[in-house]
Amino acid sequence: MAQSAVIRPGHVCLRVLDLEAAVRHYRDRVGLLEIERDSEGRVYLKGWDEQDWFSVVLREADHPGMDFLGFKVLGTDALARLESDLNAWGCVTERMPAGELRHCGERVRFQLPTGHVVELYAQKDFMGNGLGRVNPDPWLEGVKGMQAQRFDHCLLYGRDIDGNIALLRDVLKFDLTEKVVDGELVVAAFLSCSNKAHDIAFVRHAEDGKFHHASFLLGTWEEVLRAADIIAMHDISLDLGPTRHGITRGRTIYFFDPSGNRNEVFCGDYTWYPDHEPIIWTADQIGRAIFYHDRRLNENFLNVVT
Amino acid sequence: MHGVDANAPPTKGPDAGSRFRGFHEVSIPDTGQRIACAPGENILRAMERLNLRLIPVGCRGGGCGVCRIRVRCGKYVTRRMSRIHVSAADEAAGIALACCLMPQGDLEIEVLGSGTSNPMSTVNPLQG
Repeated sequence: MAQSAVIRPGHVCLRVLDLEAAVRHYRDRVGLLEIERDSEGRVYLKGWDEQDWFSVVLREADHPGMDFLGFKVLGTDALARLESDLNAWGCVTERMPAGELRHCGERVRFQLPTGHVVELYAQKDFMGNGLGRVNPDPWLEGVKGMQAQRFDHCLLYGRDIDGNIALLRDVLKFDLTEKVVDGELVVAAFLSCSNKAHDIAFVRHAEDGKFHHASFLLGTWEEVLRAADIIAMHDISLDLGPTRHGITRGRTIYFFDPSGNRNEVFCGDYTWYPDHEPIIWTADQIGRAIFYHDRRLNENFLNVVT
Repeated sequence: MHGVDANAPPTKGPDAGSRFRGFHEVSIPDTGQRIACAPGENILRAMERLNLRLIPVGCRGGGCGVCRIRVRCGKYVTRRMSRIHVSAADEAAGIALACCLMPQGDLEIEVLGSGTSNPMSTVNPLQG
């Protein structure tokens, strides 16, 4: 783990146009487990290998996209300290009461310079992965679809990604792992709070607050190919892949949920350590940076967002 | 499904011009191109099935707005679309997303698109 008190992306709340169609997609195709529903009609799900109560929340709305992204931090002391650090940096925060999201403690909510709502929390009820902690089996039987292990990261689009990078590095102590530069201009940035190649990523875009994708972890390249089979079998809207990213080295496939929110399932990045220097990609090589095999970036990957 | 008959522009009439029984013909007068839509099929899907490239393809789920079109005349139904891309006023004016629009007769449409573009498209011209 890096020096950050932030542990991982712990949940993402997505807006969907048709709740039941979305539940079928995330539960039966992506393979998350449906955990519960709350009085507002929101649906809570998690990957089979996640220990906390939920990692994905679906909310029906008249336009899709991301409501907020939550990061878990190490304890309530760290939460209070990060809250005051955010305030000192000039970031307005709001406390969301414990229980506002079922089984989740108090959350400190703020806005990134790109307008995305991010929140930190220290406590969420333990559910376990169903395998136990003493002499566990390696995987859970009966999981559906792509059998995503866990929610992994989001890619977000907006204008002031320099501000996002500064906030995440200076206040939350994320590391910049990779960036794409066009001369002096940073056009894309990948940041980690952990040993992963990225826990969050940003692409510069004319409109703020846009959602590019939520990504879920698979175990192997074979499982990525199997996910592609499931996409074809069930006529899911395919974006592109299976392929390889130059950036993060991930082996990946992109597709859309029934409301047009992009999903990724992937496997295999590298191990990040905090003494590493960031990897730099130059804009003239953007094709292989994003899609290593095709070496060509497509318009949809840049312009299709919710 | 949200029926939009009440607000729809006047219908062209029976499907006399359709090439296949039960199919609806979607024509784009600006370019002279046509798409034969199966009953219940959305326009974008029919277009992709025919391997045509007349309307930009995005998420196919009513979310991203790149397949925005305007119906000049004809009857149709739509499923729920992002309010960011199709306002209630738009909807009343015949604007819809092609991925969410199922013709109920022959249609005449024009392609609008979303009109937004990522700056990376211009700082680094795409080859695709």
